[in-house]
Amino acid sequence: MKPYEEAQPIGGKILTPPFLVLAALAGLAGLLIVWRFAAGLGATTALNDGYPWGLWIAFDVVTGTSLACGGYAVALLVYILNRGKYQPLVRPALVTSALGYSIAGFSVLIDIGRPWLAWKLPFFWMWNTRSVLLEVALCIMAYTIVVWIELAPAFLQRAQTSSIPRLQHFSSRALPKVTKSLTWIIALALLLPTMHQSSLGSLMLLSGPRLHPLWNTPVLPLLFLISCIFVGFAAVVIESAISSRILSRKPETEMLARLGGVTVQVLALFLLIRLTDLIVRGQLAALFRFDLYSIMSLIEWALVIPAVFLLRSETRRRNLGNLFLAAMLLLLYGGIYRFDVYLVAFRPGAQWSYFPSVTEILVTVGLVAGEIAAYIALIKTFPILTGAAPTIAKPRPLAQGHYVSGD
Amino acid sequence: MDISRRSLIRAAAVAAVGSAATVIVPEEALADTAPPDESVGMLYDSTKCVGCKACMGACNEANNITPDTATSDGRAAMPIDLNEHALNIIKVYNDPASANHAYIKRQCMHCVDPACVSACMIGAMKKQANGVVTYDASRCVGCRYCEMGCPFNVPKFEWSKAVPKIVKCQLCIHRTSKGQLPACVEVCPPKAVIYGKRSDLLAEAHRRLQEHPERYIPKVYGEHEAGGTQVLYLAGVEFEKLGMPDYGDRPVPETVHNVQHTVYQGFALPMALYGVLAGITWRNRRQKQETPAEEKQP
Repeated sequence: MKPYEEAQPIGGKILTPPFLVLAALAGLAGLLIVWRFAAGLGATTALNDGYPWGLWIAFDVVTGTSLACGGYAVALLVYILNRGKYQPLVRPALVTSALGYSIAGFSVLIDIGRPWLAWKLPFFWMWNTRSVLLEVALCIMAYTIVVWIELAPAFLQRAQTSSIPRLQHFSSRALPKVTKSLTWIIALALLLPTMHQSSLGSLMLLSGPRLHPLWNTPVLPLLFLISCIFVGFAAVVIESAISSRILSRKPETEMLARLGGVTVQVLALFLLIRLTDLIVRGQLAALFRFDLYSIMSLIEWALVIPAVFLLRSETRRRNLGNLFLAAMLLLLYGGIYRFDVYLVAFRPGAQWSYFPSVTEILVTVGLVAGEIAAYIALIKTFPILTGAAPTIAKPRPLAQGHYVSGD
Repeated sequence: MDISRRSLIRAAAVAAVGSAATVIVPEEALADTAPPDESVGMLYDSTKCVGCKACMGACNEANNITPDTATSDGRAAMPIDLNEHALNIIKVYNDPASANHAYIKRQCMHCVDPACVSACMIGAMKKQANGVVTYDASRCVGCRYCEMGCPFNVPKFEWSKAVPKIVKCQLCIHRTSKGQLPACVEVCPPKAVIYGKRSDLLAEAHRRLQEHPERYIPKVYGEHEAGGTQVLYLAGVEFEKLGMPDYGDRPVPETVHNVQHTVYQGFALPMALYGVLAGITWRNRRQKQETPAEEKQP
């Protein structure tokens, strides 16, 4: 079986009212970004010398790329664990990854004070090889390019049906070559997130002395790496469930339930490490001090325990509603965990405080809106989604209730 | 789950290589953190400081920085902390139980193993041969990771500008290279802050501690703190009361260096991992494409 061959463009009008609302939000963000560059970061954001990193880094980059790890997590499953049956999830996950990482990279350019010098970063004779941030920056840049290349077959397949003969000819010739050499790209797309997702944890080790002990641990890189995998899976479940509902397609409940089973295993590993680490470092008591840090930590646990409960039993996770709820909890959990490490646990001193400005929030909202709009446009134009899960031959009694009218 | 034993072993192998990324390696991986002989620095003696703040004005003048008048409606230079208008500041500690008070001077500590230099992507923050940590705007993208790393909250960002830079004390390297003293040292009336080689300053500090043990907390702050700093402090009250942090004696970049940098040494481990990933992917993809190949060939 050739990979992806069942994927089809959804078709239909792109400029629907919801799309236009999303585009308007993105447009507003665009205007605010112009203002940010004209007036500077001080006038437009709540960032300060105590909290030099705020929403744009902690959410758009650190949390956003973990949500965009669906492509990485599913590729691990399909290409390394050889679970071919998850193949239909690969392309939509890759699209979310490509968009999520592109948005993250764009956010960085808005956030940094002197982006016009960022072109210097790839020049190795300037590199400070001790800088974790350099590794993260180069890795994320490279991965953003790689993940778009990984999607190249989708674009080439679409081009084959193009009305321009030259484009048609080119894509027909390029597609087999690209598909064949894709192995090297896929392996790169597996290596790079392993590197930078763990390094996103290492980044905060430099702030270690000022990081609250509930989060400050030398295993931060490992925790960040594992968290991006279960959050990536959760993002795939949510994205798949929502697109089947909105686009009136059969939900892939069976496959998503299996994915939920994998997710809960990864999650268990994460929680085991997180808990062992707290015990080893003697910080378990700090969990119950009921100060800000303890409460934020307890919120994390309150989100993740029901998710474990929902996913642990096979009967529960075969219900799409349960799966969706668990995935949402995990998304929140993974997001808040990373937010806590980057903002809550960071203690620059009592005289400093930070809450994102309206501009910061609207820019983030606009970028996410733009991402969703781009996703809709891509799945309508290019062969990304597969109709049903063709590799699952069994009857799908549980899916019955989720057929949407017009299907 | 129907994950076979073979695929589990394969996954475990990949996980092992991947998580080696987080194994803590022994300390010899750390860069040599002993300050070189030619290291220069400052010694600030809180018991000699009269709080005149002449050093603050001199600092602004020497570094061509407009004074911070935000808290005084534009009438007086009154920064409340280090910021884009203040690379050097005198703060005061009032003893709650008496009228006693003590001053403390804050500026870049010029760490022996600085977090900001470790943080900086393309070397805008650089440790010079004499140990002074300098900043080169032409290599700065404004990411502010130096601010995230510095345990002393020293590097500051020009938030008010559309074309900003990072600002921090560079120990007046533009003056000392011409044989002049740092501006704050030159102007200080009671010589509360002096400039010289770090080894000489350390000897002088210990001489003062021995000569007047009644005057001082028996400690030279900066001798060992955060792996040692090139700006040293003597004081009559506990350093914590003066706002000097206690983060232990290990250099701040040490943990991240141990965890991270050895893994990426020579890029060997990532290359090996890439090989393993590519090999497994190649095999799995080939298998999948071969099975129904007959009917799919064009």
